[in-house]
Amino acid sequence: MFGFLLRRTAAGLALIVVISFITFVLLSLPENDVGRTLLGPEAPADLVAAKNAALGLDRPVLTQYADWLSHALRADFGASWFTSEDVTAAIAARLPITLSLMIGVTTVTALASFGLGVWSGVRRGAVDRAVQILGVLGYALPGFLITLVIVLVFAVRLGWFPAIGYIPLSQSPAGWLSTVTLPVVALSIGAIAGASQQVRSAVIDVLSQDYIRTLRSRGLPARTVLFKHVLRNASAPALTVLGMQFVGLLGGAVLVEQIFGLPGLGSMAVAYTTRGDIPVIMGLLTVTVVGVVTINLLVDVAIGLLNPKSRQT
Amino acid sequence: MSADQIPAPTVDRPGRSTAARRLLRNPLGVLSTLVLLAVVAAALAAPLLTDQLPATAHLRDAFGPPRAGHPLGFDSAGRDILSRLLYGARNTLGGAALALAVAVVLGIPTGLLAGYFGKRFDAIANWLVNLLMALPAMIVLLASRAVLGPTVWVLMVILGVLAAPSFFRLVRGIVLTVRNELYVDAARVSGLPWWRIVSRHVLIMVRAPIIIQVALVAGVALGLQAGLEFIGVGSSGELPTWGAMLNEGFQFVQRAPRLMLWPGLAVGLTSAALVLLAVALRDALEDRADARPRRVRRAAPPAPPAPPAPAGRQAEAPDRAALLSVRSLSVSYPGYDGEREVVRDVSLDVAAGQIVGLVGESGSGKTQTAFAILGILPDGGRIGRGSVTIEGQEIIGLSQRRWRSLRSTVVAYVPQEPMSNLDPSFTIGHQLAEPIRAMTGASAAAARRRAVELLREVDIRDPERVMRRYPHQISGGMAQRVLIAAAISCDPRLLIADEPTTALDVTVQAEILALLRRLQRQRGMGVLLVTHNLGVVADLCDSVLVMRQGRVVERGPVADVLVHPRHDYTRGLVDAVLDLPLTEQTDDAAASGTEQP
Repeated sequence: MFGFLLRRTAAGLALIVVISFITFVLLSLPENDVGRTLLGPEAPADLVAAKNAALGLDRPVLTQYADWLSHALRADFGASWFTSEDVTAAIAARLPITLSLMIGVTTVTALASFGLGVWSGVRRGAVDRAVQILGVLGYALPGFLITLVIVLVFAVRLGWFPAIGYIPLSQSPAGWLSTVTLPVVALSIGAIAGASQQVRSAVIDVLSQDYIRTLRSRGLPARTVLFKHVLRNASAPALTVLGMQFVGLLGGAVLVEQIFGLPGLGSMAVAYTTRGDIPVIMGLLTVTVVGVVTINLLVDVAIGLLNPKSRQT
Repeated sequence: MSADQIPAPTVDRPGRSTAARRLLRNPLGVLSTLVLLAVVAAALAAPLLTDQLPATAHLRDAFGPPRAGHPLGFDSAGRDILSRLLYGARNTLGGAALALAVAVVLGIPTGLLAGYFGKRFDAIANWLVNLLMALPAMIVLLASRAVLGPTVWVLMVILGVLAAPSFFRLVRGIVLTVRNELYVDAARVSGLPWWRIVSRHVLIMVRAPIIIQVALVAGVALGLQAGLEFIGVGSSGELPTWGAMLNEGFQFVQRAPRLMLWPGLAVGLTSAALVLLAVALRDALEDRADARPRRVRRAAPPAPPAPPAPAGRQAEAPDRAALLSVRSLSVSYPGYDGEREVVRDVSLDVAAGQIVGLVGESGSGKTQTAFAILGILPDGGRIGRGSVTIEGQEIIGLSQRRWRSLRSTVVAYVPQEPMSNLDPSFTIGHQLAEPIRAMTGASAAAARRRAVELLREVDIRDPERVMRRYPHQISGGMAQRVLIAAAISCDPRLLIADEPTTALDVTVQAEILALLRRLQRQRGMGVLLVTHNLGVVADLCDSVLVMRQGRVVERGPVADVLVHPRHDYTRGLVDAVLDLPLTEQTDDAAASGTEQP
């Protein structure tokens, strides 16, 4: 198990370096004339060149990347070109918001999709069809559209929750709950729709396995067979899907934070990246990819614990 | 899974025309197809449907209500909503189509090649795909907009690249399984060039899943495209798109909720139609109109009534044996055309200390008979008529709890395929101790000690070490010994063994049979041995029943049935195995005298 963890961690680190390198090179394409963007179209060419030199953009791309990487390893992503804000500090200030959103959505999704998936996979029949129809609908409607409808109904029409804004947990737990509930619900619907289908088919698949029949032939109570053997064997594929959904959730979070006016990483990405602020883009990208790699690692570990066969590979 | 249960291959793969017809019979398929056609037609015919232009603003008409020539009214800048909706459809649908095309062009060929050739190309492609899948799409799209400028078409190309892995993985997975099929091997051996094999044999298999995936990805691309436009990172605002219209509507949601209604409906209906079409296509192409009968595992074709059995032997079964007695048992499954009986009017008896063979070809109903006696018929299976008594107790109609309490302690099961009958997630020790604890209430330590004893009893040399092993770490022969140990763990008096040696190597088969016989003699168990191997019957059994098409066609002492088969079918079976060591066995069976009169 230790060697397995070490290998996965190394692969994850390699992935982070490769992605950051490719992004860095692509961002340094000549189309992205940062000095010009910063100083405006009327600025004289020599000033633009001086600005680019001041930012270190006249150096070879590889040198620039090495410089960025050596700082990034110390969690120093430099300063924004447009606002001179320290990128690491800006990300650190906004990370808790996105993180609480992600944790909330993942918890809700895991609980609901396991519940619905196992229920429909075991009961089949009418329950199964109802869950499947809900799943298709949740999948069919774009997430941001569902979010808009939720805002219109629960915030604008009924006024149960604030439509926009964020109250930190440290300031008022009740206020925090009222500001994150709708975003979490909005993001969870699509995720539950997808994940519950996967749990369902994993459960159905395990139920049809020979060893389940053999366990029944030994007189074990149906409860034990279901909650111990079926659930354990079905959770590995289900966890893989939940892990993959995390990447999609990050994209959904960008939209949801924008709609609800949450000052998280998503709204930061929209505000800064559209201007070509390379230190901010690189910082955000690195943090999100580290998040994705960490989640995948956790999923791998969980699957390794659940399924002894997977530890070998 | 025993041979009886392997579903017959679907002979008639639905051709294109039948699939289309099936799609048209599905109301969901018809509806979603109509919606999509209407949306595309409206987008193409935009200039015919309205004479307004999407960019023309009449400021005095801002938020204006519908009026002649402007059936949906005006937006916040006084632009005609209908024309923006129609021209916006061109940009929104076009963007989604572009992303889809890029994903298909990149994903499908690479998936085919990676799956078919494997090796280095597969490794590189897989690595790239994993890299792409770890990328948060939204962040990448935002960053690309920063570098490449706000052109929606470029963003859609990038979205296509990011979506390509979904096609790659789908196609590669299917090709990997098809590649090793015998008919593909045959084509390769016969010297067909690879591109002919891929286009003739492999593409056929991936066609249906690809069509479904196209509809799904189109829906996702449409949603993402609209989402990008909604947060204002798509176009620079001049271009009408549904997402941009939603954005504008959301800003004025209090003042004019109508502004959000139309683009919201357009996005929702179109992507819902795409995904519902995918579902309908899956039903039509994968022949899953009704999932229920497909899940039923059986192979017996509807059979004509079996010819009347020769008098005497088949006749009325003898007095009921004390251990296991089955009378007129029938088992049926729901089929397309009503109930289908796979076991008909079967009667059999097993006395204590007796080994009874149940032989027959695949699909003759012998395994279903065994499952019915154990109460572990697959979903849908139903005992129609009959009586089954174990130690005099009628079990048909018994409550689940009472019935369960008999398993392991009175009747136990040894399955056919050793590897697939052990739970891969638990150690051997755990799986052995579990029924002991559940059925006898023993403590964990006592159950463990008992498990070690059992492993020793089935001739496993290093039981302590095997206890800690997982199923994938032991051999098939050892796994079968473990399953036998589990079956006898609570000292059952009746053992039902379903082809216990079929899946094993020939050398191991003899060892397992010897083990079964030794355990049976030591413990005086009755055994119902399901097999298709007459050699095993001759070697082990006292009496035998021959089943065909769900019925018992012949029964009697092994010596009689094998030497003087009366039924044509039995004769055929015996003739097929000419080198039976009959004589010796005959004496043995006759001497033991356990056969019922």
